[in-house]
Amino acid sequence: MAQNGTSVSIQDLSLSFGVVTVLQTLNLDVAEGEFIVLLGPSGCGKSTLLNCIAGLLDVSEGRIFIKGKNVTWEEPKDRGIGMVFQSYALYPQMTVEKNLSFGLRVAGTAKDEIAKRIARAAEILQIEPLLQRKPAALSGGQRQRVAIGRALVRDVDVFLFDEPLSNLDAKLRAELRVEIKLLHRKLQNTMIYVTHDQIEAMTLADRIAVMKGGIIQQLDAPQTIYNRPVNRFVAGFLGSPAMNFIDGQLENVDGGWRFVADALKIPLGTYDFAGLPTPGPAVFGIRPEHVSLNSGAGWPFSTAANVEVVEPMGSDTLVWLKLAQQNFSVRVTSERTPENDEAVTVGFDPMRASLFDSATGNRI
Amino acid sequence: MTAGQITAIQPVQEAPDQAGVAPFGPKPRRISAGRIGIYAFLVVAALFFLIPVYIMIVTSLKGMPEIRLGHLFNLPGEPTFQPWADAWRHACTGRDCNGLSPGFYNSVKITLPSVFISIICASINGYALTFWPYKGANLLFGLLVFGAFVPYQVVIYPLIIGLSSVGLFASLPGIIIVHTIFGMPILTLLFRNFYAAIPVELFKAARVDGAGFWRIFFHIMLPMSVPITVVAVILQVTGIWNDFLFGVVFAGRANWPMTVQLNNIVNTTTGVREYNVNMAATILTAAVPLLIYFISGRWFVRGIAAGAVKG
Repeated sequence: MAQNGTSVSIQDLSLSFGVVTVLQTLNLDVAEGEFIVLLGPSGCGKSTLLNCIAGLLDVSEGRIFIKGKNVTWEEPKDRGIGMVFQSYALYPQMTVEKNLSFGLRVAGTAKDEIAKRIARAAEILQIEPLLQRKPAALSGGQRQRVAIGRALVRDVDVFLFDEPLSNLDAKLRAELRVEIKLLHRKLQNTMIYVTHDQIEAMTLADRIAVMKGGIIQQLDAPQTIYNRPVNRFVAGFLGSPAMNFIDGQLENVDGGWRFVADALKIPLGTYDFAGLPTPGPAVFGIRPEHVSLNSGAGWPFSTAANVEVVEPMGSDTLVWLKLAQQNFSVRVTSERTPENDEAVTVGFDPMRASLFDSATGNRI
Repeated sequence: MTAGQITAIQPVQEAPDQAGVAPFGPKPRRISAGRIGIYAFLVVAALFFLIPVYIMIVTSLKGMPEIRLGHLFNLPGEPTFQPWADAWRHACTGRDCNGLSPGFYNSVKITLPSVFISIICASINGYALTFWPYKGANLLFGLLVFGAFVPYQVVIYPLIIGLSSVGLFASLPGIIIVHTIFGMPILTLLFRNFYAAIPVELFKAARVDGAGFWRIFFHIMLPMSVPITVVAVILQVTGIWNDFLFGVVFAGRANWPMTVQLNNIVNTTTGVREYNVNMAATILTAAVPLLIYFISGRWFVRGIAAGAVKG
């Protein structure tokens, strides 16, 4: 990845509508050519942030730099950005070609230059046969391609995507996801992509910014966010099936730390603490795929349990049981599916787990 | 419940219906007594409302001697179009005997500019209120909608004073301004609701593409507004053409529209009352809005429905 400088820099950005604060002193630096995904539940401010970067919303406080230029007060067209919307937002009365050329015609670009750029964009996106059609005669996937093309022809520095795949069916979404990734490899542009779909975020991003309540909770590479979430919200938001959480106590016995919930006592010898731990109420989290079922005694921790429900999901199976009277799921391959009520042994390595403070939700 | 339904489908256990056939395929359509009643009522109601129209047409085609016989419903014995020609050219209003035709041209002169100007203004209003909200936009919109409920009679006197102080009272521009003002509330409401149903992302995309206020309006919004514009044209043309009050007050004697002319023809009391000419004149005056309804009924319903569902 070409990281030679900052492409988009957001400094102390705040935005409020009346008494409602949507974004709170937010800071974000996006490197040149980086693919950043803003991920979060609806209402977390991710689309608002994107609209601020695009210049479609006036900020209440703070500054936005694009390519080193302060664009906080600039018009959208002067920011060097292209935007792709969830509803495609193609101009319905214009043909695909006119849709693509609209921005260039507004800017007064020469005709042969327009033709050249459209030809290039149409080739990259493989929409050459569609150029003379109206948007109504296109399928969802084709429309979104044209929408991407509209940003492409304007030769922008930064691509902004506002949930571009959310209106498509699952199969098409997967296809276009790959195409967007290929496009990014080919163009090497900076891309900022808003989604609530964690799979899109995991697959596309160089870095993911997980947002909640107008605040970036964690900004990291997808694997780091997945394996070492900074707080309980991030841990619960990413991953499907979701991470298991057990409420209990963190205790120090003879210099060694352990997690206790009812009869469950998990030694934390292999756990990598984020700081100096203190005894007290804590939440123990571990992903279903990091737990093993009936696989011998080689694990730092193992315990017995009874299977309650089995959920087959095709490629693998989710087994639900109870640990310390709390729901707990284990992901196993389909061939090793246990029966209901079968007695099993649950084993895992606390190294893969995440511990959170019960009060603050922060990683311990 | 489900189990019961499943067994009912099995042919063995099911009771044959009245016709003795096991249900299979499309359900047969039956004409019920209720249906017949509804259609009978509709036909009778339609006929009832058509009676005056029938009498008007029939009377307008009779000569005066035939009318004096008093057989209101009879078809004309010797059909003549003379009353129509008289109504158009020679019918008298007071001392002028030029028929309705000057009124027709006056109405055209009043209606065309009023419709055009009011629709352009209202569409820009609706567009600005929807996509370029400014401080107090909602208040202004509220006031505009409130304007739709103000009775005309209340504002006539202040309007006369206002227009005469700028020298526009009793003139063609004066009546056009009055019609434009009074069309504004309902038309703005119509256009605003139409634009509010357009995804705001379309507007955002155009802004990212660098288009400004007027370019977005003329290149993107206006081409999409054909359905609602047709509705607005129908509303305005019929409304302004049928107007009597504003015409008689604000247009001035020289510009009196067809409705005022018609009234004067019908109410002229000297000499014989020419019922056939009066009927012909009335039909001629009503012909324009009637024609508009016939031609654009489909659009009208579609536009109103679009506004109702999405507005």
